[in-house]
Amino acid sequence: MAEATYERVYVWQAPVRMYHWINACCIFVLVATGLVIGRPPALMSAGEASDSHWFGWVRFLHFSAAFLMSFAFLVRVYWMFAGNQYSRWDAFIPRNWTRLKTQWREMVNVLRIDILQLEKEPIDYVGHNGLAAFSYFGIFLATIFQIITGAALYAPMSTFWLPGLFSWVPPLMGGEAIVRMWHHAFTWIFILFTMIHVYLSIFHDMTEGRGEISSIVNGVRFVERK
Amino acid sequence: MSERLTIWEQARTLGHSRRDFLQFCAWLAAAAGIEASQVGQVVQALETKPRIPVVWFHFQECTCCSESFIRSSHPIVSDIILDKISLDYTETLQAAAGHAAEAALHETMKKYHGEYLMLVEGSVPTGADGAYCCIAGRTALDTVKEAAEGAKAIVAWGSCASNGCIQAASPNPTGATPVHEIITNKPVIKVPGCPPIGEVMAATIVHLLTFDTIPQLDRVGRPMAFYSRRVHDTCYRRPNYDAGLFVESWDDENARKGFCLYKMGCRGPVTYNACGVTKWNGGVSFPIQSGHGCIGCSEENFWDNGPFYNHLTNLPGFSIETTADKIGVAAGVVTAAGLVGHAVLTSIRKRDVINETKK
Ligand code: SF4
Ligand code: SF4
Repeated sequence: MAEATYERVYVWQAPVRMYHWINACCIFVLVATGLVIGRPPALMSAGEASDSHWFGWVRFLHFSAAFLMSFAFLVRVYWMFAGNQYSRWDAFIPRNWTRLKTQWREMVNVLRIDILQLEKEPIDYVGHNGLAAFSYFGIFLATIFQIITGAALYAPMSTFWLPGLFSWVPPLMGGEAIVRMWHHAFTWIFILFTMIHVYLSIFHDMTEGRGEISSIVNGVRFVERK
Repeated sequence: MSERLTIWEQARTLGHSRRDFLQFCAWLAAAAGIEASQVGQVVQALETKPRIPVVWFHFQECTCCSESFIRSSHPIVSDIILDKISLDYTETLQAAAGHAAEAALHETMKKYHGEYLMLVEGSVPTGADGAYCCIAGRTALDTVKEAAEGAKAIVAWGSCASNGCIQAASPNPTGATPVHEIITNKPVIKVPGCPPIGEVMAATIVHLLTFDTIPQLDRVGRPMAFYSRRVHDTCYRRPNYDAGLFVESWDDENARKGFCLYKMGCRGPVTYNACGVTKWNGGVSFPIQSGHGCIGCSEENFWDNGPFYNHLTNLPGFSIETTADKIGVAAGVVTAAGLVGHAVLTSIRKRDVINETKK
């Protein structure tokens, strides 16, 4: 692989990159504020309630970021149908049996080569590899779950009709206490995902040198010319 | 009881003055969340409409609903609604017993078929063919089905009849079941709480007696007038919550100052009830005012959503005292260890590849 030539491929279109970064910021804010809301630190033990509103502001931040993330997600869903082949829905969900089998084989390969490193040569994918696509599909589902449960918990304190659309959720799940517990538990999925995601991006960037990390800024990856 | 009197007529025969009666109507309207301009309607209804026959059943319960009801603050409630007029059958409070009581029940059910109001206190055990609760030789399951047949509407008193309550706690040995899961073809008005607030009970039943319509219900069937707001939204400690002033332990300075009980497990933010507004025992106090967090007694599954002194409930399927956070932190540590291991593996196995990309 010493003298391979590479070509530039424009993989991640602008909406995908923007979604990525808006999402990343929102996840950061939501996880941080969410953990504080779940278990507020003992910041203050003296003073009058009228002098302070910090917990209110933490919640405000959480709700604002949640709205931003939800609308960004809607745009991303639109882009699943309007974008290029790497961002379309069928890059995440196999559209037929053959694609499912290909994806399965890819996932096994990624596990063998990237994760367990049984073989040395890296595999070359232009867009997401099978395993990555699968995990993004999972995180999309987790996002939907958080949006729905979050809106359901937000609805009773709001007169906005939009979160009100989800007020059927608590009775279905067995009360708001349960919704809260699951909404909180799912936070950890995002924390674990972020850890692994950031690590693997660095891993791919370092072992393959194809612009894994810069691609999410400028959209371009390098692909070996065959 | 051949002739059905109106509530006003009954009140008068019992020696209540017109003034008492009007006061009662105004109190009622206020309690039921009816606009002041409509008090006239309440008065008229209670004056002219013959009262609706009521039967009140007791199944798997502790009678706290009845206790709460007879303590609702207006004397006419106990005097008129409860004592003399409205109840044709209630095991706990009626004078008749044994065969006489059964006879009264069956007479009401026959005579006023399709007209009477059925109030249910307690859940219905469905395990062992209903053998866990038998009255007058019949199972509660039988009784509830038979009585519901001719009932105009059903009121489920308290969390037992609305949600199953403590006796339905996992693993629910007797198969305790709330009424609405047994009777599906009649409107069931849920008045949950353990117990529900006496005034709320009185206002609900009087709404039914007065207007002959079902009050506006929320998504799970509770009267909106009392269950549309969270305890948290009407809690007088709420400014402390927004300010981030929390009680950290039961005996700290913050507890004395009356800070928010969120961190002590208060379920106010997930509980719909009128405690913060109507309060208890004639408006004397309510749990949070007395220094203890809400345990969510009017919510489904509150008995299994422990621990009461942590705000976040345990993850189902894991051992007691396992919160999502503990599992999350453990998973985080495992993941971090895995990533470090993988990084080490990479730097050994792929050293040459990495070096090559640097060129
Ligand atoms: S004490 Fe409970 S109900 Fe009151 S503000 Fe705090 S959390 Fe809410
Ligand atoms: S404060 Fe909460 S637990 Fe206490 S009676 Fe009211 S709803 Fe029930």
